[in-house]
Amino acid sequence: MTLEELNKIKNEYKDLVKVRKVVAEEGEKLAKKTGYRKQVLVCGGTGCTSSGSKKVIAALEEALAENDIKDVLVVRTGCFGLCSLGPIMIVYPEGVFYSQATPEGVKRIVKEHLKEGGSVVKELLYQETVHEDGSIISLSETNFYKKQRRIALRNCGGIDPENINEYIATNGYQALAKVLLTPMSPDDVIKEVLDSGLRGRGGGGFPTGRKWMFAKATPGDIKYVCCNADEGDPGAFMDRSILEGDPQCIIEAMTIAGYAIGACRGFVYVRAEYPIAVERLKIALDQAREYGFLGENILGSGFSFDIEIRLGAGAFVCGEETALMTSIEGNRGEPRPRPPFPAVKGLFGKPTVLNNVETYANIAQIIGKGSQWYASMGTETSKGTKVFALGGKITNVGLVEIPMGTTLREIIEEIGGGIPNGKKFKAAQTGGPSGGCIPAEYIDTPIDYESLTAIGSMMGSGGMIVLDEDTCMVDIAKFYLEFTVDESCGKCTPCRVGTRRLLQYLEKITQGKGEDGDIEKIEELAQHMQKSSLCALGQTAPNPILSTLKFFRQEYIDHIYNGKCEAHVCKALMKYEVIADKCKGCTLCARNCPVKAIEGTVRQPHVIDQSKCIKCGVCMSNCKFGAIHTV
Amino acid sequence: MADNIPFKGTQEQEQKLLEVIAQNKDLPGALLPVLHEAQEIYGYLPIEVQQMVADGLGVSLSEVYGVATFYSRFSLTPKGKHKISVCLGTACYVKGSDKILAEVEKKLGIKSGECTSDGLFSIDSCRCVGACGLAPVMMIDEEVYGKLTPENVGAILDKYIAEEGGNK
Repeated sequence: MTLEELNKIKNEYKDLVKVRKVVAEEGEKLAKKTGYRKQVLVCGGTGCTSSGSKKVIAALEEALAENDIKDVLVVRTGCFGLCSLGPIMIVYPEGVFYSQATPEGVKRIVKEHLKEGGSVVKELLYQETVHEDGSIISLSETNFYKKQRRIALRNCGGIDPENINEYIATNGYQALAKVLLTPMSPDDVIKEVLDSGLRGRGGGGFPTGRKWMFAKATPGDIKYVCCNADEGDPGAFMDRSILEGDPQCIIEAMTIAGYAIGACRGFVYVRAEYPIAVERLKIALDQAREYGFLGENILGSGFSFDIEIRLGAGAFVCGEETALMTSIEGNRGEPRPRPPFPAVKGLFGKPTVLNNVETYANIAQIIGKGSQWYASMGTETSKGTKVFALGGKITNVGLVEIPMGTTLREIIEEIGGGIPNGKKFKAAQTGGPSGGCIPAEYIDTPIDYESLTAIGSMMGSGGMIVLDEDTCMVDIAKFYLEFTVDESCGKCTPCRVGTRRLLQYLEKITQGKGEDGDIEKIEELAQHMQKSSLCALGQTAPNPILSTLKFFRQEYIDHIYNGKCEAHVCKALMKYEVIADKCKGCTLCARNCPVKAIEGTVRQPHVIDQSKCIKCGVCMSNCKFGAIHTV
Repeated sequence: MADNIPFKGTQEQEQKLLEVIAQNKDLPGALLPVLHEAQEIYGYLPIEVQQMVADGLGVSLSEVYGVATFYSRFSLTPKGKHKISVCLGTACYVKGSDKILAEVEKKLGIKSGECTSDGLFSIDSCRCVGACGLAPVMMIDEEVYGKLTPENVGAILDKYIAEEGGNK
């Protein structure tokens, strides 16, 4: 592959991909040039695959064949972001957005819309894109997308991740060409990354350029570049979506990193729980090798580099950098003390750069468009954008990328579409089992590394779980501690024993057996763990408790001293009662109660015998009159 | 019960495993990739398979055992024909996935981590399959079921039970 050949491919596929960026007339003109009257992009990410996008694609292809339509291109892409509306389908050049597509719906769309002279099937569109007067807005104008700035996700949902040509058409591998052929010196590359202000997106926030600088400065013939795709925070799926939607950008970035530090081999450590991501990455690696972006003498520059995939095996601690490398080496994934840092002594004892997927996803853009462009986004100390996996009690569950400094309010209320069922926002949890929560009173906090740390939470890798008034904060803290107890590797005592002891306290408290002094003991133990645990897993394990104690201390006090769980989640501290005024005496609850704890005669208000009740909630879910509530 | 199940590996499986070992022998850090493949071949990693891996790679059985027990994805006991995995990741948990797990356990009469005595179903919990938009979710084999409620879980399991011609 030479630069000329690269540019030839780019020109050949440019229009095909550009159709998806420009809508209306210009798009139509372009579409004609490409030979495809229309393009249908269907999400093939994990979220949409789970909601049936494979069947939708099959039905689409079948219906197109049945109707003898040959000038419509079907593209299976990565994640568009709006996972709760899946399977998702976008038709270009109109740019219209069909949500929750079904095989039946698709057949109709083919007949009524995709056929020559057809028109959009409005009922099947994502209704937020259809105005009352019947006009349709494009996806980029919806609240969900309007405030987003997609850099790391720029190609997710926009290209076929299994076709390297489409990546090349969006300026793919131009950054690598710039680095190798200009040529930029390794120091130039590192300076560019340093000046961009990019910080580690895995959660730590360490300046990426400095990591690279240290690894380059360490002498050694053999060095390694690693990519951390062991996304273990439950509820976070940013890295997975990038690997599924745009795997080539990671390969390009790792190769650039290899050149910068003088490494000739790279490893991607990815969760085995991500089969689609692994498969696409494999295909991408094969294609990159075939095109000569990996292997010997890349682009004729004399630089050689190749990448291997290593599968994780379900250990959260392997997301910690030293544990990850121990795991690649074929051992139990236990962390080791730092220093020495990986940049000095990393994988197989050699100097190693390790960044996470999202960090790499920014690199080609930074090299291509320059550090100044990247540094113009974000805040003083947190540059660029951050991807969040928005989940929990929020209307638009999915993947969002926002400029640093965007407030939590904008994310929850505008992009996320607010809390469903008219409930009140209580807190957002970031940083997963290592992080903390941002309560409602801090909803105007700008999202950047320092602001989040200042209020006792952390950026984390990008999981953002929204909690509403029905969530008990003690219970949530317990949930995270159960997780860290499971995942503590057992190597160091503060973490192995400490997490267990913390969980015991929380179990006691949620069972209504909390005692005077428990909170103080928790706080003391938490401090010891923070100071003496070997790795970040143990050091940060108390965070979910400390941050809920900070902002929701009253809930702990209520549990311990007042025997009350405000959110009615902790079973030992709540009971089901019949609201006599509402009860019609239909006997349905009594008949369904598994322990016969409900008494009463027909047409008379019933009563729950609290001594028999096992608090299963069957009565409440069966009652048609809303006459049973929790107190 | 796991200890009582005799190892029933076939010649063919052993052949496959030996090939995998031969292919990976010189790879630095070969143990994990080999164990992944071994589990793919046998469905689980009984002590007999661990011994073969240890012999093949020239490492001690204790080292293999140490690695096999460290990672949750490796199982030393056989799984059911249908593997049920209820997601207990955060997004699913706040939407009540603990109740889903309880319902599945009740329906099949076994606990998470166990396998039914006829070997048809096993239940596990997992942390996030990445389908948070559909929370709460569970996986049965490769199929993901989303937007679950304790009420609709039974019907999904019934489908599998009926397929097996059983009446649970």
